[in-house]
Amino acid sequence: MAEAVKVVVAGAGTIGSLFAGYLARVADVGVLTRRDEHARALNERGLRVSGRGDFTVELRASTDPVELGDADLVIVACKGGDLEPLAASLRGRFSGATVMTAQNGLGAEEIVAAHGDWPLLSSVTFMSGTRHDDAHVQYVLDTATWIGPYRGTTAADAERVAELIRSSGLKAEAFDDLRPAQWSKLIFNATVNSVAALTGLPHDSHFAEGMLGELVHGLVEEGKAVAAAAGVTLREDPWEMNVHATRRGHAHYPSMLEDVSAHRPTEIDLISGSLVREAQRHGVDVPLHTAMVTLVKAKEASYS
Amino acid sequence: MKVCVVGCGAVGSLFAANLAQLEDVEVWAYDASEPHVDAINANGLRLSGAGEVLGRLRATTDAAQLPACDFGIVATKAMHTEAAIAATAHAFVNGCVATVQNGIGNEEVIAEHVEQVIRGTTFPAGKILEPGHVQWDVKGDTTFGPFEPRPAPLTEVERLADACTRAGMPTHAVPDARGPQWRKVIFNASTNPIGALTGLTHGRVCERPDLRALVSALVDEGKAVAAAERIELDADPEQLIDHAARPEVAYGHKASMLQDLEARRTTEIDYLNGGIVRFGREHGVPTPLNQAIWALVKGVEASWTK
Repeated sequence: MAEAVKVVVAGAGTIGSLFAGYLARVADVGVLTRRDEHARALNERGLRVSGRGDFTVELRASTDPVELGDADLVIVACKGGDLEPLAASLRGRFSGATVMTAQNGLGAEEIVAAHGDWPLLSSVTFMSGTRHDDAHVQYVLDTATWIGPYRGTTAADAERVAELIRSSGLKAEAFDDLRPAQWSKLIFNATVNSVAALTGLPHDSHFAEGMLGELVHGLVEEGKAVAAAAGVTLREDPWEMNVHATRRGHAHYPSMLEDVSAHRPTEIDLISGSLVREAQRHGVDVPLHTAMVTLVKAKEASYS
Repeated sequence: MKVCVVGCGAVGSLFAANLAQLEDVEVWAYDASEPHVDAINANGLRLSGAGEVLGRLRATTDAAQLPACDFGIVATKAMHTEAAIAATAHAFVNGCVATVQNGIGNEEVIAEHVEQVIRGTTFPAGKILEPGHVQWDVKGDTTFGPFEPRPAPLTEVERLADACTRAGMPTHAVPDARGPQWRKVIFNASTNPIGALTGLTHGRVCERPDLRALVSALVDEGKAVAAAERIELDADPEQLIDHAARPEVAYGHKASMLQDLEARRTTEIDYLNGGIVRFGREHGVPTPLNQAIWALVKGVEASWTK
């Protein structure tokens, strides 16, 4: 039997916890946390997965990458706002590992690439969950993670990681070029998250009809214009993704709505902000997304 | 002369209590709130704050009690205009009805029920402290003018304006009252919902450059619609916005729409940004940002029924 693959999951929010919990069933998993008590809880209690799964795994956790040893694969799963310091802490570590980013938005790959010469994969994940505490995550939506090459990697590398993830019980798919999928999700996310954050509405039928549906459609159209200017052919029409998602039967609470409800900083800069920056780079006017970014940032400012 | 205030909330009470000071004016108030009406009939209508006033007047929740009046002053929230004027129109068969409500489109609704309509805009503000007692926060001017499609005679507009002015509510009668009305609507539509959506006071909205730029973009859309309507604004709404942002004016003021959202009350957005969008459509003037803001605030209202 071959030696187990060594995986380090850097950042153990909801998505990182789901990766760590499932992959620990088929790989040797280390978790890099930001807080000491988080690492302690994982080392002492293991990580419980509920929802679509129901099991508890043992894994190693630390706030210091050195303590986690070598890795074949590093999955960077922190929130966008934490990415720069986390990527900096990886500098000089995990030589020989392939590093995969999993942040919302665009630009995470570039940030990580600036801190080391690891081969890089990029990914977007559609799975969702709820983090109940440091050592308990609930797996809610079992949608796939999409993986593609970014720097020094090939579609075959993406497929090997996708296969590892699938063998753990999560869904994953490899692509020759991730951008069509990544941009589809970005436009979908930038639209749905900002509208939910400002209205307090979960992602329900209001997003696909009437006045709010018109606004959602307008935001999607702006996003499509930016993608076209950037030379990206979308994999899916974000409007169709939106309509489809509102018909799931239960309303999903986008993470940005949860963030503003809890008066936490949001990922608006990384999600909608990255779309606005791409629009500026390509000379496309996006007044609606610009307004949404402005309003969500102002809402964050109102907490203090 | 007989005047009936239709909707005796904060602003309606300012008119009703002040007009009741005049010997030559008999004031009636029509309001849906039983406790407020009972308190007014028992103890009078009291104002405190910017002015101390006790007005003796007749109040009722039953429109059938109203006598024939020379003037109506409609002061309900804009979404209640239709029901209020439909109930009271019989009292104004030979009278003129003015509006001092927020937004645009109220005159059109009133004109479906009465013949002689007065366009109006008012700046005084206050809040109800308890039944029969209103806090008078801000003094300010009122402008009346004939509503063009179903106009009250200018002489009647002047008669009502004169009574209000004598009563301590400075009021101008002008042939075209659209300028001040649209200046106020553009001001309100460009600032109120921004405060409401973000939770920021007026001053904090104005000191964020990106947010202030969004306010200006909303103002510009409103100005384009006003221009298409051939309305000459009596002053630039931008001046009003910057003036209000000063610490000694309204820096720390929470927009009424923010107060509405916090209390989960339906807002007047349909008559502010919604009005600008509707009038814009009639002229083919695009108003994408006002439409977006309108949709977002309606979305907030929809979230309460979850």
